[in-house]
Amino acid sequence: MATTTRPSTIRQQGMSRFIWPISMLLVVVLLFLFYNNIEPNLQTNVANGINDWLPVATFNESMVWIIMALGLNVVVGYAGLLDLGYVAFWAIGGYTAGWLMAQPWANNWTFHLLSPTYLSKAPGIHVTFWLVLIVAGVVCAIAGIIIGAPTLRLRGDYLALVTLGFGEMIGQVARNGSIAGVNITNGDTGISSIDPIGTGFFGNFQGVPKVLTAFDDTYKLIVLAVLVAICMFVSLRIRDGRLGRAWLAIREDELAASMMGVNLVKTKLSAYAVGAFFGGLGGVGFASAVTGNVASSRFLFSVSITVLLMVVLGGMGNVWGVTIGAVILSWINSTGLSQFGVQFDEWTGLHVADKFQQNQFLLFGVVLVLMMLFRPGGLVPEKRTQKLMREAPRTEAESLGADITEAEVEDEFAHGEAAR
Amino acid sequence: MVAVASSPSLTKLRRKVRLGDTAGRIVGWLIVAGIVFWIGANIVKSPSQFFAAFLTGINNGALYALIALGYTMVYGIIELINFAHGDLFMLGTVISANVFVNWLGLGSLGASGLAGLLLSMVIAMIACAAINVGTEVIAYRRLRNAPKLAPLITAVGFSFIFQDIGINANGSAPKNWPIKTNLGGPSWNGFQLYQLILVLAVTVPLLLLMTFIVTRTNQGKAMRAVASDQDGARLMGINVNRTISFVFALGGALAGSAGALWIATHASNSYNLGLRLGLIAFTAAVLGGIGNLVGAVLGGLLIGVIEAVNNGAAYGLGQAWSQTVIFAILITLMVFKPEGLLGSRTTEKV
Repeated sequence: MATTTRPSTIRQQGMSRFIWPISMLLVVVLLFLFYNNIEPNLQTNVANGINDWLPVATFNESMVWIIMALGLNVVVGYAGLLDLGYVAFWAIGGYTAGWLMAQPWANNWTFHLLSPTYLSKAPGIHVTFWLVLIVAGVVCAIAGIIIGAPTLRLRGDYLALVTLGFGEMIGQVARNGSIAGVNITNGDTGISSIDPIGTGFFGNFQGVPKVLTAFDDTYKLIVLAVLVAICMFVSLRIRDGRLGRAWLAIREDELAASMMGVNLVKTKLSAYAVGAFFGGLGGVGFASAVTGNVASSRFLFSVSITVLLMVVLGGMGNVWGVTIGAVILSWINSTGLSQFGVQFDEWTGLHVADKFQQNQFLLFGVVLVLMMLFRPGGLVPEKRTQKLMREAPRTEAESLGADITEAEVEDEFAHGEAAR
Repeated sequence: MVAVASSPSLTKLRRKVRLGDTAGRIVGWLIVAGIVFWIGANIVKSPSQFFAAFLTGINNGALYALIALGYTMVYGIIELINFAHGDLFMLGTVISANVFVNWLGLGSLGASGLAGLLLSMVIAMIACAAINVGTEVIAYRRLRNAPKLAPLITAVGFSFIFQDIGINANGSAPKNWPIKTNLGGPSWNGFQLYQLILVLAVTVPLLLLMTFIVTRTNQGKAMRAVASDQDGARLMGINVNRTISFVFALGGALAGSAGALWIATHASNSYNLGLRLGLIAFTAAVLGGIGNLVGAVLGGLLIGVIEAVNNGAAYGLGQAWSQTVIFAILITLMVFKPEGLLGSRTTEKV
């Protein structure tokens, strides 16, 4: 399927790749103003309601999920490579933050690089958040290439299995903690007290804290939203470029794409690398800004599935859809389901709030199955996928014609002419 | 099975000696040699420990083979990796344990216990077969012409639903059932001879029955026909939907029997057991060459033995790393021999 984009549509796409990140940032700024300035002054029962149903922390967490979902979207949505071990990159990113922004397992090394001033005396390794982001992204990208390399010869289903295997292996390494006696992840305890984000120059403004501790969720929202905007912009930008079109081509027909001169090895590996880079950003953001620690208990297969679900629910390949999917699901995950249970108990007088949380699997499973059956393109399907869905599938009998050689056709034609 | 998309079809055009292939082959053989050396070293170091681990491996491997057969048959006929199959096995353990303990009120495997085990196994087999056919009728059947990703994601969804049923039936923590798994008889280093005999007494007849069905009966012939060409089979008057449902029923029944055997030998289960065993069994199916029945059995036994030797023998990494070892094997295999031990290379239809 060659892309036949006209200049006008390219220009439109060029606009849209700024429109989405910028409008997203605008929404976040409004949210920030609301939570920072309006919400504390509201009546207590209104404020409590908001804190119950839509706390800022939920938004912070959902920002990280958006980053993860955008990363997986590059691999699954753009390039069509099913990755069931995406949690591996979350883990690698998180542990990179743990190694570079904390004092893991009480070592005596001291190393500081542009870290916030209040940490200047602290022992351990302290590198600034922004540099760690890049380092983690690069580490994850390399890991992504290493994970991707063995899968290059494999078709979709096998690929899913191998990525799943890698995800589980990294999870097990995280749980076991040490390899050959060298402590890497500190096992189930994990690495705690990871440095919060320093505000640096912006800390000079009035009201802006020097360091974003657990009480500065509203400011963290801005930082994480900037990361999301960058990821969105990069996703949209790459998609329109040569690489993105190559991804779409191998997604739709690998064989045809390779015949058209798409370098399969390079294209697939770069999809893994870019997806993993995003995963690394998300991992660092989560470790530093949301939880402040990394622990192996978080890196489970179900996380990979949740991210996949976000991508599928929102609409594979559509940045906007994926963002919506991530926000909805992360909200359901962290607040919505339990809060709905509490509310349900209040209305009915039953005690079934636990059941809501417990049956999360059921909800996710049913949503996955129903989505695949009735709306396989997702909530906001990508235009391209929509078109493909409308096309009738080519059956085996139809494609038989492709076997007829040119000579046969000419032969037949000549005979027909003669007969006439 | 291999995507002959890029490299092999190109090599046909330029018949060059590719260094990568040779090096790959050498590395592949080095890995095989390494595994042989590792097993040899274990035998020399502590033979009794090794053989106990080996036989435990056969014991577990027979169960893995039963689960792997379900994967491989479904893949063979509609090229779907049935992600929910491991969780179906987990449901099998839940059903058979409930029948055995709560319904029949049994607690050990004496004479009445064996009859009870047989009954609970049959019930689990029927239930799992019904559930598996149900998923096929509800979901996979409608997705047969959809893009490849759709049925796979659906299967993941069913896996979640099954796990949820498991949580509700079994609780979210691992559950230990009051069943005495020690059958007496000769045992050493944790290995029990009677347990192995019990497992083999169930699996071997089941496997023979399976081979008989696939190779000798009309239904088996229909299965093979549908696997090779659905349209062609339909034109020959084969009821394709019914044949595929039959395959799902067979696979589900095998998973149910494996569930009952698991309860009889381990006496504990948890809602996420299916994920772990499903992955192992799928690895086994791929190891043997997916779509190949004998390969699945061979792969199951091999994985079982490697896992047990790693867990129990003198030079092993121990249980904490068993999953890593299994996946490392799988990934290495994918790199060097993606079609599996007994699988055949197929070219992709354009």
